[in-house]
Amino acid sequence: MKTVRLPKTRLEAFGAVLQGFGEVHAPVEDGSVHVFQRLEDWSAVCLDYMRTVLPPKKYFLPPRETMFRYSPESGYVACTDDLDRKLVLFGLHPCDISALNILDLVFGGKYPDPYFQARRKNIAIVGIDCIPDEHCFCRSMRSDIIDHGFDLFLYDIGDHYLTFVGTARGDDMVLAAPTLFEEISRVDIDEYKRRSSIKRAAFQIDLEIRDLPEIFDMEYESTIWQTLGARCLACGSCSMVCPTCYCYDVVDQVELGTDTSTRERTWDSCLFSSHARVAGGENFRDCQADRIKFRFYHKQRGFVAEYGRPSCVGCGRCATSCPIGIDIVEVLRGLRGVDHVRDS
Amino acid sequence: MSVTADPATRPVLRDNPFAPHMARIVRVFKMVPDNHLFTVRFVDDQLAGQFDHRPGQFIMLSVPGTGEAPISISSSPTRPGVLELCIRRVGRLTNALYRLPPSGLVGIRGPYGNGFPVEQMEGSDLLLAAGGLGMAPLRSLLWYAIDNRDRFNNITLMYGARTPADMLFRDELVSLADRADVNCLLTVDSDPTRAWTKHIGFLPALFDQATIDPATTYAAVCGPPAVYRFILERLLRLGFTKDRVLMSLERRMKCGVGKCGHCSVGYKYTCIHGPIFTYWDAINLPEMV
Repeated sequence: MKTVRLPKTRLEAFGAVLQGFGEVHAPVEDGSVHVFQRLEDWSAVCLDYMRTVLPPKKYFLPPRETMFRYSPESGYVACTDDLDRKLVLFGLHPCDISALNILDLVFGGKYPDPYFQARRKNIAIVGIDCIPDEHCFCRSMRSDIIDHGFDLFLYDIGDHYLTFVGTARGDDMVLAAPTLFEEISRVDIDEYKRRSSIKRAAFQIDLEIRDLPEIFDMEYESTIWQTLGARCLACGSCSMVCPTCYCYDVVDQVELGTDTSTRERTWDSCLFSSHARVAGGENFRDCQADRIKFRFYHKQRGFVAEYGRPSCVGCGRCATSCPIGIDIVEVLRGLRGVDHVRDS
Repeated sequence: MSVTADPATRPVLRDNPFAPHMARIVRVFKMVPDNHLFTVRFVDDQLAGQFDHRPGQFIMLSVPGTGEAPISISSSPTRPGVLELCIRRVGRLTNALYRLPPSGLVGIRGPYGNGFPVEQMEGSDLLLAAGGLGMAPLRSLLWYAIDNRDRFNNITLMYGARTPADMLFRDELVSLADRADVNCLLTVDSDPTRAWTKHIGFLPALFDQATIDPATTYAAVCGPPAVYRFILERLLRLGFTKDRVLMSLERRMKCGVGKCGHCSVGYKYTCIHGPIFTYWDAINLPEMV
């Protein structure tokens, strides 16, 4: 992969160059939290954030979007608003980029989702590396290091960002800033390797995931699910903040007094009692214990069967956003029955 | 010469898997109270002629302004041109459908799902066992097999309803019972009309009237949970291998194409891995029945 370096002092200048590739959105401080939003001024960017409240999925699968407009004359006409908007998402962590790669599996396939695909094409991604905190387990979920899914990826190596160029568009970004980037040296490579080991050693959580599907099958009747079901408030926060939760609901909205309507999709959660309920009232997941079990089961077991990896990237958002403190790491450790804390 | 891309060729407009095609309700047959058979035809003649499906597949039906729901196709692909949809009035969407005027417009996309593995079933005996509304998806397979009669050996249908008035496709099936090339066994739990001339009793009792060889038969089962419980148990007792027993499942669906997440059973999606599952799948997938 083409690799160059960007002196940190030139980051702001590069930010200005990126404006030529689309509206730049980046993590900014919002009270005590961080959110991805449009960058009005480069000084607002916050690159040493831990995790944003909502993941970047909101740009690709918006919380609410109009899919069709219906009228008796024209039938269902696809809504293309916003699909062509060019954006540059700046400062994504590896877990969030990995999550978008996972969403690609779902929204591609035999029936590609044209809304998701259009946004994926029009939104550029510049990632940046990070140091894990006590909730991060991306390394266990094989999402701490990514080799695709970004146009550019920046590693902090002191006075410079080592910059991996992942796509032709990323290369164009570098070429558009010929005076900003430099060739890398042996010293940079060594510094990258040194910092990579430091990051690896910083993980406080180490989970074995390879036989999790088998454990989930065997522990399907475990009392752990009843205990969790009794605690879960069914608020759905974990699904909303999850970078890979993709369940959505579809509703038609009639424009009052007309025979035209819109068809919208909105984020949904398998923790809501309506998720598996069919017309007539039958509910295939009738109690909260079944629903919270399903959420874990689908991520760690079902997704593996379908796509060959769990749909969890270990970002820690669900654990930090749960109002009653349900922590996925504790759940997975509880299922395995062994404490897998790394002793260092 | 410069060429400008036609915006209509963009994927979201050209190949949008979520885009319903308009279809007209051309006939409503009031088969059973609150369970009508809707015959629909695509407004676009070319589409009406080209639409092809496998028995056991479903479509996503849109009622404009109300929403969209999965509906199994009750007609056989051997009878193209129109689609027959057996739809129970059970919720908001179906209520709106029942309120549509004659020749009203609906949206349809599909067909979706795996359908029955008919190529694999060819050359075998068929046993179709349905209870109540379970006849709706099996009717497509029934007529597919009859219309391709030379591709299958013995065809047996066992269908049970609560009363004759609750029996879907009653007249059609009663006249089918007169045919020699299909063993059509019908039963009702009870007959308040006292006009029913066929069997009275529960569905499993029909096994006494049929000779089924589990080694040469594919069984297709659909119905309420009680039907699955009794029929599956009976089939296993007869010696059926679990992957020769096929079942059609119902789940909530919002997309039909493996995205929205609602129809998952265990680790499979009813919409793309199903709705037809083998009994082997069923006992290996949690939450199946």
